[in-house]
Amino acid sequence: MTTLLLAAPIALPALGVLAYAIAGRRRAARFTGTGLAGAGLVGAGLVGAGFVGAGCAAGQLAAGIALAAAVGRPGAAAITAGPLRADALSAYMVVVIGAVALLATAASPAYLRAELDAGRATPRTIRQYGLLVQAFLAAMALAVLAANLGVLWVAVEATTIVTAFLVGQRRTRTALEAAWKYVVICSAGIALAFLGTVLLNFAAAHAPTRPGLDWAALASGAAGLDPGVTRIAVALLVIGFGTKAGLAPLHAWLPDAHSQAPAPVSALMSGVLLSVAFYAVLRIKVIADAALGIGFARTLLAVIALATLTVAASLLLAQRDYKRMLAYSSIEHMGLLALGAAAGSRLAIAAVLLHVLGHGLAKAVLFLGSGRILQTTGTSLIGEVSALAGRQPVLAACFGLGVAALVGFPPFSLFASELGIARAGFATGLGWVTTAALLLMLVIAAAMFGHTGRMLLGAAPAVDGPAATRVWAADGPGAASAPPRLPVATATPMLAGLAACAALGLAGGGVQQLLLHAADALMGAP
Amino acid sequence: MTATVTDTTYVQLLDLACGAFLLAAVLVLARRELTVIVRLFALQGVALAGIVAVIAGHDGSAELGALAAGILALRAVLLPWLLLRALAGAGPARETRPLVNVAASLLAAAALTMIAYAVSGPLVELAPSPATHAVPVGLTVVLIGFFVLVTRRRAMSQVVGFLLVDNGITASAFLTTAGVPLLVELGVSLDVLFAVLVLQILATRIRATFGDADLDELQELRD
Repeated sequence: MTTLLLAAPIALPALGVLAYAIAGRRRAARFTGTGLAGAGLVGAGLVGAGFVGAGCAAGQLAAGIALAAAVGRPGAAAITAGPLRADALSAYMVVVIGAVALLATAASPAYLRAELDAGRATPRTIRQYGLLVQAFLAAMALAVLAANLGVLWVAVEATTIVTAFLVGQRRTRTALEAAWKYVVICSAGIALAFLGTVLLNFAAAHAPTRPGLDWAALASGAAGLDPGVTRIAVALLVIGFGTKAGLAPLHAWLPDAHSQAPAPVSALMSGVLLSVAFYAVLRIKVIADAALGIGFARTLLAVIALATLTVAASLLLAQRDYKRMLAYSSIEHMGLLALGAAAGSRLAIAAVLLHVLGHGLAKAVLFLGSGRILQTTGTSLIGEVSALAGRQPVLAACFGLGVAALVGFPPFSLFASELGIARAGFATGLGWVTTAALLLMLVIAAAMFGHTGRMLLGAAPAVDGPAATRVWAADGPGAASAPPRLPVATATPMLAGLAACAALGLAGGGVQQLLLHAADALMGAP
Repeated sequence: MTATVTDTTYVQLLDLACGAFLLAAVLVLARRELTVIVRLFALQGVALAGIVAVIAGHDGSAELGALAAGILALRAVLLPWLLLRALAGAGPARETRPLVNVAASLLAAAALTMIAYAVSGPLVELAPSPATHAVPVGLTVVLIGFFVLVTRRRAMSQVVGFLLVDNGITASAFLTTAGVPLLVELGVSLDVLFAVLVLQILATRIRATFGDADLDELQELRD
C-alpha cells in the first residue's frame, strides 16, 4: 500500500505518456490520407485529450497530498521502497509539482487550440507536446522521490532531455537556438554534478559507515566523510545542480529557454523544475554541513545568491521582452532561495519551502498570462504592449496581481516567505549579505513594476499599428475593435493560482507546521 | 613473487590505458577534421573500456568485466557511429575557425593537466593506490572536454566536447571506486545516449533552418 503511494506520483504521469502514445498512434492510423479536414479533426480531438493531461496532473497532486499526510506527521517515519524514498520534504515537493502541473496542464488545451488556429502547431506537435509534458512530470517526481543521489541525478538529466524538444517546438531560429543552448549548458553543468557525485561516492566508500549514495545514510554518516574530497564534491554538486536551478554563474540558458518554450511549459520549467534542482542543493547542503561544518556551504551559497541577484537586477532594469523579464525574475527568486539555504536554520528552510510553492504558483500564473498576451498581441516586447488593462481587463488584472505577488505584496505567500528568509538571514549572522540582497530586490521590484505598468496602462496603440493588425486580422474585419476574449479555460487556472497563493499567505499556522516538519525531515532533527 | 609480477603488470597496463585515454583527448585538440575527431573519440572509448577491463581483471570482478564490454559497445561503437552518421550529410566537415588555434590549445591542455594534478591532491591522499594515482588523468580529460566545448564552434565538435567530459567523469568513477552503483551507471549511460540523440536532431534542425551548423549564427537571443 505504502509502496503504491510512493510510486503513484511517478506512475500517473507515466500512464499519461502511455495514453498519449497509444491515442496518437490510433488516430494517426485512422486519419492517414484524409487531408486537411482530417488533420483539423485530429487536432480538435487532441486538444480535448489535453484534459487527460490535466487529469494525470490532478492525480499527481492528490497522490502528493496523500503522501504528505502519510509522512508529514510529527514522528512519522519515511517510506522506502527500492530506489524510492519519501519523507516530509519529498512529499511536500511532490505537492508543489502537482499543484503547478495542474495549473499548467489545465491551461494547455486552450493554449494549444490558439496555436493550432494560428498555424503554429500541428496535430503531430500537439501529441508530442502532451507526451513530453507527462514525461517531464514523471521525471520531476522521480527526482524528488529518489532515495539516492545517483537516481536523482539521472532524473534531473532526464528532465533536460524531455524538455529540449518542448523548448524548440516552434522550430524557429530563436526556438532552436534556445533549445541548443539549453541542452549544451544544462548537460555540461549537470555533468559537473555527476563528477561531484562520483567524488562523494569515493569519499563515502572510505567513510566508516560506508553510506554509498543513499540520502539518509549519507546524512547520518556524513561526519565520517573525508573533508578534502567532500569539499571538492560539494562545490561541484552545488554549482552543477545550481546550473539547472538557474543560479549564477551558469544561468545563461534560462532566459532563452523560458522565453522560447510554449507558455505552459515555461510555467512548469520556471515554477517547479528550478525548485526541483534546488531541492538537490538543499539535500547536499545538509551533508556538507555535517561533513565540513556549516561555514563552507554557507559561504558558497551566500556568494552564489548575491551573484545571482546581481545578474537578475542588472538585466531586469533595461529588459524589453516580458517573457525574459519573467525569466530573470525566476533567477532572482532562485538567488533568494540560495540565500535562505545559506542561512540554513530551521525557520530559514521552512521559509525557503514556502517560497518554492508561492513562487511556483505565481510564476505559473504569469507565464500562462504572458502566453495569452503573446497570442493576442503578437509581440513579446514590453514596449509594444500597452493599455492591456483597457482591452483585456481580466488578463491584465491577473498579470498585475501576479507581478504584485512576485514582488512580495501581501496577502500573497511570497510576502511571508521573503520576510522569513530575510529574518533568518539577519538571525544567522548573514546581515551584510541579507542587506545587499534586500537592496537588489528593491531595484528588481522597481524594474518589474515599471515594465508591468507600461504594459498594463498607457495609451492604446493606434488600430492600424503593426501589432493591432496582426492580432485582429484573424477575427475578420467586423471584429477589428473587439479584443479577443480570455477563454474560461485560461482564466480559471490563473485565478485559481492567485487564489491558492493568497490562501497560502493567509493560512499561517497550519501551513507553518507542515513546513517545519519538512524542514526537520531535511535536517534530520526529531 | 608472482603477486608482485602481476601487480607490476597491472600497474603497467593501467598506466598504458590511461595514457592512451589522455592522448586521445589531447589529439582532439590538435585536429580540425570532424571525422578524425570522432574517430579519436572512438579510440578514447576503447581506452576507457581498457581501463575498466584492467581493473576488472585485477579485482576478478565479472560485473566490471560486463561493464567494460558495455562501455566498449556504447562509447567506442554506438556513439561514434551516431556522430559519423550525422556528419555524413553535413557538408564541409572541418572546424573552420576555432576560437583558440591549435598551438595555443595544446599549451592550454598542458596547463589543464597541471591544474588537474593540483586539484586531485586530496583524492590521491584519501586512498593511495595505482588506480587513484591515475585519477588526475580523468580530471584532465574533463577539463579538456570543457575547453573543447567553449572554444569550438561547430555543433558536432561541441557534442564531442560534451562526450569528452562524460568520458573523463566515467574514468574518474572507475579509478576511484570501481564505479557508481550499477543502476546509476545504466541510467547515466542512457541519459548520455539520449542527450547525444537530442543534440544530433537539434543540429539537423539548426542546419535546416540556418543552412549551416556553425554556432556563430546562434546570436539572436541576448540582452
